[in-house]
Formats: sequence, C-alpha cells, structure tokens
Amino acid sequence: MPIPEGLPENVFYAIAVIYGLLIFASVVVAVMKRMALGEAQTEAMAELSKRVTSWWFMITIFTVAIVTNRIVSTVFLAFMTFLAFKEYLSLIQTRRVDRLILLFAYWTIPAQFYFAHLNSYGLFLTFIPVWTFLFIPMAMTLAGKTEGFLRAVGTISWGLMITVFALSHTAMLLAADESVAGPAGGAGLLLFLVALTQFNDVAQFTWGKLFGRHKIVPKVSPKKTWEGFLGGLASTILGAAIAGPYLTPLPFYYAAAAGAMIAIAGFLGDITISAFKRDLGVKDSGGLIPGHGGILDRVDSLTYAAPVFYHAMHFFVFSGRV
Amino acid sequence: MKRALQFAFFLFIVRPVLLIVLGMNVRGREHLPEKGPAVLVANHNSHLDTLTLMALFPLKDLHLLRPAAAADYFLANKWLAWFASTVINIIPLTRGAVKKNPLADLEAALDRSEILILFPEGSRGEPEKRAEFKRGVAYLAKARPDAPVHPVFMHGLGKALPKGSLILVPFNCDVIAGEPIAWTGDAASFMGELETRMTALAGEGHFQPWE
Repeated sequence: MPIPEGLPENVFYAIAVIYGLLIFASVVVAVMKRMALGEAQTEAMAELSKRVTSWWFMITIFTVAIVTNRIVSTVFLAFMTFLAFKEYLSLIQTRRVDRLILLFAYWTIPAQFYFAHLNSYGLFLTFIPVWTFLFIPMAMTLAGKTEGFLRAVGTISWGLMITVFALSHTAMLLAADESVAGPAGGAGLLLFLVALTQFNDVAQFTWGKLFGRHKIVPKVSPKKTWEGFLGGLASTILGAAIAGPYLTPLPFYYAAAAGAMIAIAGFLGDITISAFKRDLGVKDSGGLIPGHGGILDRVDSLTYAAPVFYHAMHFFVFSGRV
Repeated sequence: MKRALQFAFFLFIVRPVLLIVLGMNVRGREHLPEKGPAVLVANHNSHLDTLTLMALFPLKDLHLLRPAAAADYFLANKWLAWFASTVINIIPLTRGAVKKNPLADLEAALDRSEILILFPEGSRGEPEKRAEFKRGVAYLAKARPDAPVHPVFMHGLGKALPKGSLILVPFNCDVIAGEPIAWTGDAASFMGELETRMTALAGEGHFQPWE
C-alpha cells in the first residue's frame, strides 16, 4: 500500500501499530463476550464492546484528519474543540443576557486555531488568557446586568481556558516548525500526544479493573485507583519510550519522561472534568459517543496533557535547551 | 413536489444544523410512534421545537407529521404562510376559535392516520420555563381515544433560539420521549396524568436554570 504523499513515513507506521492494537482489543473483547457469565457480566461486556466500536470510528476519523493535510487536521481539531465547548456551555448555568457574548466566545475558536496554524506563539498565547479574558467581563459590564455577573464571567472564562485554549495546543504541535519537530514532523508530535493520552486512559482503566483496590480521589471519581493510575503510568512510559524516537525529536529517556508527563497530566485532566461534572450532578457530559459519553468525556485527559506536553516541548526542545 | 421540498429541506438544512450547530441528546426514542394515528405533546420554547421533533422521524415519514400551529401567526404573511403550509405542513388553528368544533381539522388528520404535533402551552412563552398545558389535548384524546398521546420534554432550544431573537447560539438540546398515555375517561385526570409524566421526564435530566 503506498504511503500518502507528504505524510511522514513514521506516522504511517505508528497508525498501523494503533490499528494493530485496536484489532487485538476487539478480539479480546469478542472472546470475553463469549465467556461472559450471568446478566451483569453480559451487560458490562456489551458496554465494553460498544466502547471498542466507538474507538474504531474515532481512530478512523482522527486518522483521516491527520493524514489528509495540515489544514484539514487543524479544522478537525477546531471542530472537536467546538463540540467540547458547546457541551460545556450546555451543561452549565448561563444567562439570557449573555447570549451574544457566548456567540462571541464560540468565534474565538476559529481565531485561536488560526493563530495556532500560523504557529504564531505570541498571539496564540495571549488571545484567550489575556485579550478574551479582558474582553468578556467588559462586554458583560456594558450589557449592564450585574446579577450573576461573577458566576457568568468565572464559568465562561474557565470553560474557554479548559476547552478552547487547552485543546488548541494540539493544533500548535501540528504547526511546529520542521526544523525542530523531529523525524515525523508536527503530525508525529500530535499523534504521539493523542495516542499516548488515549492509551493511558485505556491502560489506567484496564489496570484498575484488574487490580484496582486503593482509591485515589473517592469523592470525585470513585473508580480511580492507585493500581490503575500506576499501571497506566508504567504502560504509558513504556509506550512513549518505544514510540518517542520515531515520532518526536526525543531520544529514549526523554521520551519516557514525556510519557510520564502525559500520563500524570492526563489523569489530572480526567479527574478535573469529573469534579466539574459531579458538581453539576451529571455522569456523562453528553451522549455523542456510544459507550463513552460526550466529547468532553473523551478529551478530558487531553485538556491537561496537551498544554503540559506542548509547553514542555517548547521550553526544552523547540528552543534548543535540550 | 411538496414532499420533495420537505424532504430536501430536512435533509440538507434541518438535520445538518441540528447535528452540527446544535447537537441533540435524544432519550426514549423507542417511545416515539412508528405510525399514526398518534399525538405528540411537547413543551414549547422555540421555533426550533417543531423542526427538531419532526427531525426525529425517518425522512420517508415526514409527510405524516402535522404540527398544529396558530393561524394568526403563521399565516400572517404570504411567504411565511407558504413555508408553513408547504414545507412544515402545519394544520392552522384559529386561536380563540369561534367555529363549532375547533378540533375538527385535528380529528380529521388523526382519521387519516397522521401524527399530530401539539404544544399545549399555547405559545412559546418564556423560554425554558414550562407553562400550564391547555385542555384542548384532553378533548382531542376523548374524541379519538384510539390515538395514543406521546409526551415529549425538550430542553435547550429556548437557549439556542428564544422567542424574540433572530440569532442562533449553539447549545446542545435534550429531547426526552416518554411512554404514551391513553385516554383516562375524564379531562381532569387525563391532564393530571400528562402533567405528572412531563414533570417526570423533565426530572430525568439535570438541567440548570436559565434566565
């Protein structure tokens, strides 16, 4: 099979490995489904099987988006961010008076991703944390309704930061200059981050199911255990150490460190979004992805992992310090 | 021609907007009627309510759906009247009716095995706030007891496009369909049953207040 033009070879092979893992997971789940005993087990397996099916769709959509070209990839990432931000705004309490401001907040998404596409570090870094941060409360003040002002400013600003700003770091990785991006270019960096973040989620889930006993944050996320977290961390470090030299400019040991960073940040992102959902009394952020919940449920780990990984790369690697 | 227009409008405009710009969480889809005669009863927040309910059905069944709508509003000008009667296929109702039987057109539609869409709140009113249901639906259920009444609760569309606004702001919307209700024998108990069901459906979501 010919490798699509312009696609770094290593990205192509990494995607092949991901599909290999996916086939493996599907076979394992199919076998477990056959062996399921009793109603509870059958039901749990049906749910798991739904999740794996959704993975096929998500990985395929993501693959198509990143192998086509950088513009398509960036538009795809922006659209995913739009879905996450929309889910967030639909869950929280908003005010009728803020409708136009919310519409404006949506329009920060194309702007922010355009700045990322230009690889314009200064604009990318200031547009939401500085300019939008100052603009939104100003617009609300001029609208004149002070009742619920602080809640509205606080929730909209945090929502923009945790979804739009945080997730736009994925597009910034994609735009990394060829001279610093490593053997597989920006696409390789993005694939490294996203694949490992998702791999960490699955590994944590699996280790937790198999050996989980000691809860980490029972009040926020009762299913998260130390066994799951550490198992996920070890698996992700291993995965990163293997994939790093092919997909990033990082040699073996640095890649392992990046893996640890992604695993820990991913875990923190996951429980942070859990805390938010628990506050609102919802289990899932939406119903878009069968077996998974909403988009926010799927990208929760990425909301922390993407900025942490990007800024670590920027500080240590892109700048030539390491 | 009319059916083709309706088909195209829902396929190329309504469904993409609902799917991409808004986003829908539908619960209890299995409770929706597969064929007429049937009556869908929903709370009313936005002009998008009717389009959303219609979009829940297969495109081939669109022509069976008949939203009841206020004649004084939807037939007010030529263009809107054309759109409402051709693309949406409404049954115009005269508010404060003077006719002998104000429900005659609705009963006739049920006799043709169509699926009615009713908003017993009477108007969109305050978005995302439920108003008391008017009793017309009970008289309709009494006149055609073989047509099941399907309660549907909707949330979010009033935030996306409330009364008095022309600007669409993206919000996910929730549609929760419940099991159908049969005629209970008298209007008061029927309305009570409907109210209880709607409240229960509304309670299935964790919806934040909006004002």
